[in-house]
Amino acid sequence: MKTAILLFPGTNREQDIIKAVTVAGGKRPSVVWHRDTALPEGTDLVVVAGGYSYGDYLRPGAMAARSPVLNAVRTFAADGGCVLGVCNGFQILTEAGILPGALVRNRGLQFICRDVNLVVGTEKSPFTGGYRKGQKIRLPVAHQDGNYTADAETLKRLEDEDRIAFRYADANGVVSDETCLNGSLRSIAGVLSENRRVLGLMPHPENSIEAGFGGTDGLPLFKSLLETLS
Amino acid sequence: MKAKVTISFKPGVLDPQGRAISHALAGLGFEGVGDVRQGKVIELDLAETDAAKAREQVEAMCQALLANPVIETYAIELAK
Repeated sequence: MKTAILLFPGTNREQDIIKAVTVAGGKRPSVVWHRDTALPEGTDLVVVAGGYSYGDYLRPGAMAARSPVLNAVRTFAADGGCVLGVCNGFQILTEAGILPGALVRNRGLQFICRDVNLVVGTEKSPFTGGYRKGQKIRLPVAHQDGNYTADAETLKRLEDEDRIAFRYADANGVVSDETCLNGSLRSIAGVLSENRRVLGLMPHPENSIEAGFGGTDGLPLFKSLLETLS
Repeated sequence: MKAKVTISFKPGVLDPQGRAISHALAGLGFEGVGDVRQGKVIELDLAETDAAKAREQVEAMCQALLANPVIETYAIELAK
């Protein structure tokens, strides 16, 4: 699996993604600068990592979504390429129109930085094949604008097409508006594209890959990608 | 000419900041404040002097970058 990680001014999780891919057994990813107009030859997976691209100016992800490299990513995704957007990467993918909906300020207005309980919504994707539908997992989050919103028609489509990859839950795995971390509609923490090969999520699977450092619940995501794309 | 773009959340999109402002106003004793929506204002200095062309330009800017049509609406005002 050949992985390319996008680097914008303000991206700060690219080393964590490199670590996660290598711990999962993959080759060391390459890093692609935001002004580049092409992805490395033979790229299998593009990762849009977390951080504060362009200082979150205007709207989180807005500037990055209009940068030259995103045109290459849009073409790559349209051709069936796998794209993973984490946190600010999820915001960038929605701003770019590659994933539906938008991410606005958290319901409580606070920056939330802690481990959260999630329920896996579907195992049918290259990202979630290593989990079971309904499985409870725990991943860290670190965001202020993770409140997922979309119009009623989009939400219905996401549900009908089984495209909600992860939802926020409580410790017992119960999903409800009350237990939702940040106000996201339908407790959405991650969504898939129509062809299921683009995933955006607010939690950080790359920061849950080693037992001594906060758990390993993020590892199946990278292993599943490796299995599918190698 | 100058253009002023006012961007606000679409009706129906929850505005957590607007809600917090509403609560804070109530806490300060201001009564009768219902829904509060927080938006943003962007002021642009344009080389264009023709109002119709300027509006067209700013409209294109709103669509391309200034507003996110999924959640936001915008209003454009022009001034000499």
